Amino acid sequence: MSKLLSPNAGPASLPRRIMQQGRYETITMLRNGEQLILAIVLPLMALVGLVVTPLLDGLGGSRVDIATPGILALCAMSTAFTGQGIATGFDRRYGVLRFLSTTPLGRGGLIAGKILAVLVVLFLQVVVVGAIAGFLGWQPRPEAWLPGLGLLVLGAAAFTALGLLVAGTVRPEATLAITNLLWILLGALGGIVVPSERLPGLLQGIVHVLPSGALGQALRDTFLMGAVPFPAVLVLLLWTVLAGAAAIRWFKWN
Amino acid sequence: MRSPESPVLTIDGLIKDVGPLATLDGKMLRVVSGLSLVAERGQVTALLGANGAGKTTTLECAQGLQKRTGGSISLLGADPDTAGADLRSRVGVMLQDGGLPPSARPIPLLRHVAGMYKNPMDVDALVERLGISQFSRTSVRRLSGGQKQRLALAAALVGNPEILFLDEPSAGLDPQSRQMVFELIAELRDAGMGIVLTTHLMDDAERLADYVYIIDGGHNVVEGTVAELLRHDHATDSAITDRTLYFDAPGGLDFAGALGPGLQLTETRSGSYSITGAITPNDLAALTAWWAERNIMPASLRLEARSLEDVFLDISGRDLR
Repeated sequence: MSKLLSPNAGPASLPRRIMQQGRYETITMLRNGEQLILAIVLPLMALVGLVVTPLLDGLGGSRVDIATPGILALCAMSTAFTGQGIATGFDRRYGVLRFLSTTPLGRGGLIAGKILAVLVVLFLQVVVVGAIAGFLGWQPRPEAWLPGLGLLVLGAAAFTALGLLVAGTVRPEATLAITNLLWILLGALGGIVVPSERLPGLLQGIVHVLPSGALGQALRDTFLMGAVPFPAVLVLLLWTVLAGAAAIRWFKWN
Repeated sequence: MRSPESPVLTIDGLIKDVGPLATLDGKMLRVVSGLSLVAERGQVTALLGANGAGKTTTLECAQGLQKRTGGSISLLGADPDTAGADLRSRVGVMLQDGGLPPSARPIPLLRHVAGMYKNPMDVDALVERLGISQFSRTSVRRLSGGQKQRLALAAALVGNPEILFLDEPSAGLDPQSRQMVFELIAELRDAGMGIVLTTHLMDDAERLADYVYIIDGGHNVVEGTVAELLRHDHATDSAITDRTLYFDAPGGLDFAGALGPGLQLTETRSGSYSITGAITPNDLAALTAWWAERNIMPASLRLEARSLEDVFLDISGRDLR
């Protein structure tokens, strides 16, 4: 009888498997230098840039009050879309998704673990960005935090679904290019940090139906005025459902 | 309920189409066409065939990684396409490409996979046993092919599976790692695990397998124990007793008088001889007596039975590689 082998006792419980995968993916994300730059450094640079320049002047609030909700939205896009998309794309290339889906974790547990990791990293981003914005004079309405965090989770869901859709359908090099390019384009022109009023007229109509514009607008309205704009919530829900369904339909595991 | 003797894997008439493929004018390609096999507990079952024969596709259908087009598969009594976590916890899988994240380090990775099971193996003991401790601080990206292979085997084993799938387990292994891996596979087999492996190396199959399925063109063509396959001529459906005796001796010797009937002597190059046929102990005695009378001492002497390679050549009419 082998000393190594002992009787099989079945899988760990589902919550335990998802926690395990979430923890592993979180540590992997936080150890990745490029992901940290995308998740923390670039959003903080954007925050400081918007606070020291007059770009957001005349919009009915202090620069930092208008900038910070958009930066939080940018954080959600960094982690859920670009970071998670690239990681998943390469995991797919190296067969990691296939191997893990043969373990008790399975495909559902793998996705759940990834979503958990996105939420944990997003929470850390909110803490760091919120604290630094606080030093810069950010004064969010206290009652805005609960709906604000809910919107961030919804935004993360929409961007995770989009990230998985890209990662599951094209080569990882293409995922890298597409998600980074969209991060820059949507970050600069997608209504996420710069409110639509300050964008060229052509874009103003479009950004409201983009996940970036909807999330940025929804967080600004919530933290500045304490009102959750339902059209923007609807747009985010629609993106989540459509991208999620497309990802389920077209995601290739190998 | 299963009886302990029930097979770990039964595949019956497996069909798998892939595509549509642009290279086939948008038609489907049938990569597995009616393959059947049975793998038992406490045995190593080998799928032997050339690259592209359909071995990996068959394994992936059995693991639930690919959906089959037709046929039936029973994995530990269940259908792998609808497998839940309970079934997956009893199945260990080592993929051909490893499936390990490049940035991971071996021990945290194994502990992570172990966390998916209620009663996993002792990771330290597993790491020690497979020599992983020598490279435990190196990321997967920087491991050699053989080191990756050993780590992938450990990851497949850590959950104490009842059936273990190994896709090309000896790929990239140096001789020492190969010995280590083969000994462990034999030990797991003796402990009652059912092991299903693919290989295109005859030597792997001869050394490891209790039962061999030779796969060609997407289906199984011949099956049996290694001994059965070696004894049987599949071209003429008759028992084989042929052996070949190779030896080096002074060139140009005339042996004709020393050879029994039906034996074929060839001098492949000056001084290198081979005798082929149903060589008997008496034939060997006559030959060595003939040498003794003339005081001839061969520089080398080697007797070989048929190899699985010859069996494969008989069946498919081509080389395995």
